[in-house]
Amino acid sequence: MPASLADRPAWELRALYRRKAASPREAARAVLDRLEALEHRIHAYLFWDADAVVAQAARWESRAHREDAPPLAGVPVALKDNICTRGWPTTAGSRILDGFRPPYDATVVARLRRAGAILVGKTNCDEFAMGSSTENSAFGPTRNPWDLDRVPGGSSGGSAAAVAAGEATLALGSDTGGSIREPAAFCGVVGLKPTYGRVSRYGLIAFASSLDQIGPFARDVRDAALALRVIAGRDPADSTSAEIEVPPYDEQLAGEVKGLRLGIVREFLSEGTDGGVAAAVREAVQTLRGLGAVCEEVSLPHAPYALPAYYLVAPAEASSNLARYAGVHYGHRTARADDLYTMYARTRREGFGPEVKRRIMLGTYALSAGYYDAFYLRAQRVRTLIRRDFEAAFAKFDALLGPVAPTTAFRLGERTQDPLQMYLADVFTVPVNLAGVPGISVPCGFAGGLPVGLQVIGRPFDEGTVLNIAYALERATDFHAARPPVASAAR
Amino acid sequence: MTIADTAARFETVIGLEVHVQLSTATKMFCGCAVAFAAPPNTLTCPVCLGLPGSLPVLNRRAVELGLRAALVLGCQIEPESQFHRKNYYYPDLPKNYQISQYQYADHPPLATAGVLVFEVGETVHRIGIRRVHLEEDTGKLVHGEGRSFVDYNRCGTPLMEVVTEPDLRSPEEARLCLARLRVLLQYAGVTTGRMEEGTLRCDANLSLRLPGTAHGIRTEVKNMNSLRSVERALRFEQARQAALLARGEAVVQETRHWDEHRQVTFASREKEEAQDYRYFPEPDLVPLRVDEAWIARIRADLPELPEARRRRYVEAYGLPEHDAGLLTATRPMADFFEETVRHFPQPKVVSNWLLGDVAAYLNAAGLEIEEAPLAPAALAELLALIDAGTLSGRSAKEALEEMLRTGRGAGEIVRERGLVQISDEAQLRAVVDEVIADHPAAAGDVRAGKGRAIAFLVGQVMQKTRGRANPGLVNRLLRERLGAG
Repeated sequence: MPASLADRPAWELRALYRRKAASPREAARAVLDRLEALEHRIHAYLFWDADAVVAQAARWESRAHREDAPPLAGVPVALKDNICTRGWPTTAGSRILDGFRPPYDATVVARLRRAGAILVGKTNCDEFAMGSSTENSAFGPTRNPWDLDRVPGGSSGGSAAAVAAGEATLALGSDTGGSIREPAAFCGVVGLKPTYGRVSRYGLIAFASSLDQIGPFARDVRDAALALRVIAGRDPADSTSAEIEVPPYDEQLAGEVKGLRLGIVREFLSEGTDGGVAAAVREAVQTLRGLGAVCEEVSLPHAPYALPAYYLVAPAEASSNLARYAGVHYGHRTARADDLYTMYARTRREGFGPEVKRRIMLGTYALSAGYYDAFYLRAQRVRTLIRRDFEAAFAKFDALLGPVAPTTAFRLGERTQDPLQMYLADVFTVPVNLAGVPGISVPCGFAGGLPVGLQVIGRPFDEGTVLNIAYALERATDFHAARPPVASAAR
Repeated sequence: MTIADTAARFETVIGLEVHVQLSTATKMFCGCAVAFAAPPNTLTCPVCLGLPGSLPVLNRRAVELGLRAALVLGCQIEPESQFHRKNYYYPDLPKNYQISQYQYADHPPLATAGVLVFEVGETVHRIGIRRVHLEEDTGKLVHGEGRSFVDYNRCGTPLMEVVTEPDLRSPEEARLCLARLRVLLQYAGVTTGRMEEGTLRCDANLSLRLPGTAHGIRTEVKNMNSLRSVERALRFEQARQAALLARGEAVVQETRHWDEHRQVTFASREKEEAQDYRYFPEPDLVPLRVDEAWIARIRADLPELPEARRRRYVEAYGLPEHDAGLLTATRPMADFFEETVRHFPQPKVVSNWLLGDVAAYLNAAGLEIEEAPLAPAALAELLALIDAGTLSGRSAKEALEEMLRTGRGAGEIVRERGLVQISDEAQLRAVVDEVIADHPAAAGDVRAGKGRAIAFLVGQVMQKTRGRANPGLVNRLLRERLGAG
């Protein structure tokens, strides 16, 4: 029995449309069927609009087969709920934005619409993207399609789970410290965090502005490349977006790694890394070696300081970014306040969850007079050292390799009582954000029946090489083709 | 020892913090228009409303105006400056942080270390400028019906803050310094600089100390809405602090508001909490880089400053120094003058009218030239009517008064009021004869060669014609009739 349209990658849908072997309406139907069959178990979405999906599909029904159809014509795409969508609820997984409908589209959403995408809905995430398991969502956790007792990772867990389960063909997430790569690894899909400045942040609800970056989830590398090509590029509305040309990533995938110098990050394969994860990563390194890549160990000496530095810089920015949620002119406002101070305090007490409060307090403290130098400034200096580590490594290597996370997907509730354990899930991804360089998670095997992701890290704006290495591994293996049992059963 | 003695023993130390609204068409970080009196919340967008996900984009024009100010103030322009977030909660600030520029050693504001020079009589004052920085304005709270509303139209309007060193030594000096700063910024086209409209706002820090000792405890005075009130408020504050010190009491470091009506400063009711703004670099904006080429372009485009204009008025228009100085005292007056001369190219005549009757009217009405409805072309029309002999000087004054009040045209008023000068000999001869008959003694004096008496008779003719008689013609007719030379 051929794979359901809900499990086909976007590039394949395009080929089917072109041959008139399938149509956007059929693909949209397949995705909606899958979503309706699985959502009550997975809870990948906070919102979807079946009528809007059908209407968007209809718009491309007679055009998707044409040679000049835009790159994502008729492709169902899900959006993390911290990405603003005109007229659609956008909560960032927070009670404080319950009912908020932005009057505008994020730049990436506008680009997806222009590219012909069928926007399916808004996916679940940790509140304001703060978390590594999607358990911090105010609207209940998402479950991992590979094991419904386990987390999908986070904070973009809904997007990862939706793509893994066939509830969307592609999805966008955001990655501040690993929030695309970690859930991609946990759910066995491809997840790409682009270089800081590669994709416009306009319309992305900010967590930590100097680290946030939007990126795609896909079922294979080609799709990730295609999605990146659509959303990347300079945006005058985001001053931090780079004026650097966007290559046709998907067309430049050669899968050729012969002679490439790849550095295996020593610090990422330390004793803290789960044996099964380390084995899968080593296996992937062997595969790339077999394809002609030159793989050697490399050290990022300051990487061990990345997590503490991150937990000063990110909360500091967050404490300021989240100040606007105070009940004045949008979002939740407490019903019980007679004066301004009480309105602020109660609104925020009622609207924010515990992890968000923890980080606001941490960040406020780090920026306070008398502590600024010792915390915020020192963390920024560590950040500079980490960036230099990467620069030194990239002087010798074309890309770096390592695991995405120290473990595979953990059980729901396993780490919710211990924030530090939760933070450790991002220990290998956070340095990449601090350095601002691109990183991808590509399926590289299984440990205990759960997916493992290989992290490929590249030079700034060299997503092309990162994608190409991931593509080489993908072609030499078939891990990406494995579908979670729940998706196969729903077919 | 009296308070006055104490005050005399102390040295007054004043520093100014001046906010000006930059004359840009759009806001600091978005494309919304900057305008007054639009219906509430109509000049807004996701960015200036601080909606989730919105991002600021720096207004290039605002930077250019800031650079102009920095050049005019002889500042050191920082090759790379940084924006910062100033964090505090208030409903008129939708993001609950203001994008501003803080002065960190490694994150400087737009420009630093300038100097403002002004003269008082023979004395030349040089006041240090600590920094010039850019920031966004807040919205406005409107209270009514037991409720509070917010209007975000003003939110995000480009502001520039100029901070002086505490180099000022008297309230009068503070006023003159502010006046000088205002004129320079107006000339440079940086701001309209209207205190009453709030496009220029001044806060002042004042403290007293014994000469040669460390700075005393300062108070910050706010809410001064005119140059005059700056001087008065600081004078009050100076005396208040001196009185405290004379009684052996300490000055409390606090913010005080000037009450224009009662002519006193008073402490704000809110308890002074040490505000911690938790400044940090604004991650949504890239560092602002200003290279030499850009500075050179700004310098080349710098509008003519007051001294240059003054020289030009003397050299090109042949005006006396005194006239040139007064006409260039404010840019709107200088612009008005030049525009009038363009229509009526007799600079000295224009100057006489502007500095005479027009200035007198404005003074009495408490208006600036740009606030009166009179247009340069209208004044030129009036002067042309006088020049053509259509209007006597006295009628012209009458017409001008109405023009300044109503903004109506000169020709219109002259026609309506029948102010046209009488130059008809037959008509005037009859009046002249009447006057001679009524004042035989004066007429006799003239006949007897006492030339000065003729002025009296001319005056009588003017009175009878309500100022409309052509005075030259009346003079000639009187002499003819009385057989005087």
